[in-house]
Amino acid sequence: MKKLLTVSMLAASVVAGAGVATTASAAGDNVRIATNVPYEPMEYTKPDGTLTGFDIDLGDALCKQAGLHCSWVQQDWNGIIPGLMARKYDAIMSSMTINDKRKKAVLFSNPYIVVPSAFFVPTDSPLHKIDTATLKGKKIGVQRGTVQDDYVTDKYGDDAVIKRYQNADDVAVDMSAGRLDAAFFDQITGQSTLINPHPKKYRQAGPDLTGPKKYFGDGFGIAFRKNEQDLAAKFNKALKTLKDNGTYAKIYKKYFHKAPPAKDDS
Amino acid sequence: MIDFHGYGWRLLGGALLTAELAVLSLVLALMIGLVVASIKLSRSSVLRGFALLYTTIIRGVPDLVMMMLLFYGGQIGVNMVVDQFNSWLGTNVFINVNAFMAGVITLAVIYGAYMSETFRGAFLAVDAGQMEAARAYGMSGWLAFRRVRFPLMMRHALPGINNNWMVLLKSTALVSIIGLSDMVHIADQATKATHQPFLFMVPVGLGYLAITSVSELAVRWLRQRYDAGFHTAKRGA
Amino acid sequence: MEHWLAQVAPFLSHNTIFTPATLAAYWGGMVTTVQLVFISLVIGIVLAIPLAIGRASHRVWISGPIWFYTYVFRGTPLLIQLYIAYYGFAFIPGVQQSWFAFFINNALYPALLSFVLNTGAYTTEIFYGAIRATPRGELEAARAYGMSSFTAYRRIVLPSALRRALPAYGNEVIFMLHASAIASAVTITDMTGVAYNVYAEFYSPFPPFIFVACLYMALSFGIQGVFRLAEKRLLRHLKPA
Repeated sequence: MKKLLTVSMLAASVVAGAGVATTASAAGDNVRIATNVPYEPMEYTKPDGTLTGFDIDLGDALCKQAGLHCSWVQQDWNGIIPGLMARKYDAIMSSMTINDKRKKAVLFSNPYIVVPSAFFVPTDSPLHKIDTATLKGKKIGVQRGTVQDDYVTDKYGDDAVIKRYQNADDVAVDMSAGRLDAAFFDQITGQSTLINPHPKKYRQAGPDLTGPKKYFGDGFGIAFRKNEQDLAAKFNKALKTLKDNGTYAKIYKKYFHKAPPAKDDS
Repeated sequence: MIDFHGYGWRLLGGALLTAELAVLSLVLALMIGLVVASIKLSRSSVLRGFALLYTTIIRGVPDLVMMMLLFYGGQIGVNMVVDQFNSWLGTNVFINVNAFMAGVITLAVIYGAYMSETFRGAFLAVDAGQMEAARAYGMSGWLAFRRVRFPLMMRHALPGINNNWMVLLKSTALVSIIGLSDMVHIADQATKATHQPFLFMVPVGLGYLAITSVSELAVRWLRQRYDAGFHTAKRGA
Repeated sequence: MEHWLAQVAPFLSHNTIFTPATLAAYWGGMVTTVQLVFISLVIGIVLAIPLAIGRASHRVWISGPIWFYTYVFRGTPLLIQLYIAYYGFAFIPGVQQSWFAFFINNALYPALLSFVLNTGAYTTEIFYGAIRATPRGELEAARAYGMSSFTAYRRIVLPSALRRALPAYGNEVIFMLHASAIASAVTITDMTGVAYNVYAEFYSPFPPFIFVACLYMALSFGIQGVFRLAEKRLLRHLKPA
């Protein structure tokens, strides 16, 4: 009994200690940024487990410019906004599209990149044109809770079967197993997750989609809690500087192998 | 092949996490079970009512739903409580509920309910005369509990504890769904990366079988210990 | 259903999470959960009765493999069994062109397979325990009447054993209902899957998860009630007078 008690005390203190040890203030110079991987080339892990990607490089550069001390937190996508609101971290930089629905919950920085969405299908698929008629009865894979999820659910939910997954890799696995007729991603993610590793197996179907704005919004932004206007302003200022001094273009080139689009109104 | 495409060490790490998770939650669940069982046997009808409500809810809700509720909602709940204290004390404390903790607490809360049923039944099965005899020897309440009631109770409780432990161990696999890197989670990632489900899932399944088999042996040993003094024809039957 | 929703709709108009659309989704999820569990249990029983008889056999080449089956399926997490069923056959080259493709393409089939094998293993053990507990005298009496062992099983052993197994089987049914929640991990939109979708859409964990928790509780208590009634009727002879 005594042994049991000692062990239980030990267990209890380990559990309690794990919690209280990580007390932290919500703001200050330390900023914890959440991201959801894998989402190539925006954010993903190398085989050894280190984080990399466009968002990660840009985020680090922004923090350096703004004089903030940043750390990255990996978080599953479904819990990413609730986690921000619950103060598990102070910002989200994870290919998050700025749209009205999310603006109700969080505060966004200015957009730092604009990325269209697109459908991806197996090369031999009969799908070329995308509309309610061609998608009838087809299975479409999306990452749960993304703008792509909202869009296909509202637009094709009555005709097609929408399959929702935890992350982009899960969608890719079921594509390769033949369980899905199409996948709907951010264009660059579909390109790196499906086409680049298997150029003969997959192709894009239909054009790049950038509207309607209700879903596809204004590009990707960094999300903050609503009361953190100061922090958002710091990031906006840093973003402007990096765009002016060429750092942004350098990071862009590293991941997309071309110069960023010239017309930029941020 | 032998190094599991580079996932070998991570799988071992995952197995360790599974074991830690299972053992910690077992210990906590046993504590909760003992406390709640004593409440159920107490005279206060209000407390008994709460204990009954607790076990009823737990037995009606799937582990996974409970886990999602505590994992996704736990931080918000903790914040509400902590913020209340912060506003009273003027402090700025933030307690982070990490995934491992949420997993341990959830499993402990769930299996604490089942353990309490096991303990309650076992306490009731102890012959009241034994305690009376202990008191007659002048043992204090605590001493009598420790020397007489608890060991006698354990004899009856062990099969039930063993059962709950087996179910708890297998339930740890669910934490992979809420994003903890246990061995199932890593096998799942590896499966998706390499497209070789059998290579990863079968060894993980064998890992669970190994743990259940070993603990089966441990329980057999414990039972012999707590069966001391009860060597009737029981064994042969 | 639609009519009922139209009635409730005005009450829900001021509330963002429990809209007619999400309620319809919950209903769909509940139908999926109940179907999945019910079909698994029925096939599981059909499988378990002969297996339990075989498990009670004195011939090791019959009882051994059955013991091994129940040992493996009861000793490993259902989630692993589900993943193996879901991913195991998916990457076999050419499987998409074979007759087997139907099994791969609908997540329900692999889920059913793993659920059936899992509940089959537990049910086999429950029935086996009940068969073993049959009073020896009943069997001896049956043999004395000249019944073959098949007839004795059919008329004497199974009817009383299955009745005695009822309480334990009731627990297994509820266990299966709760275990079915993991179907949401392989894209099946069961009750838990719906709650997950609603959570991802509205960023708020409490309403969806507490709501499905209540739904599961209602189903569990319903099942418990049915089994209690059945026990009252079928096990009356075992009650102390």
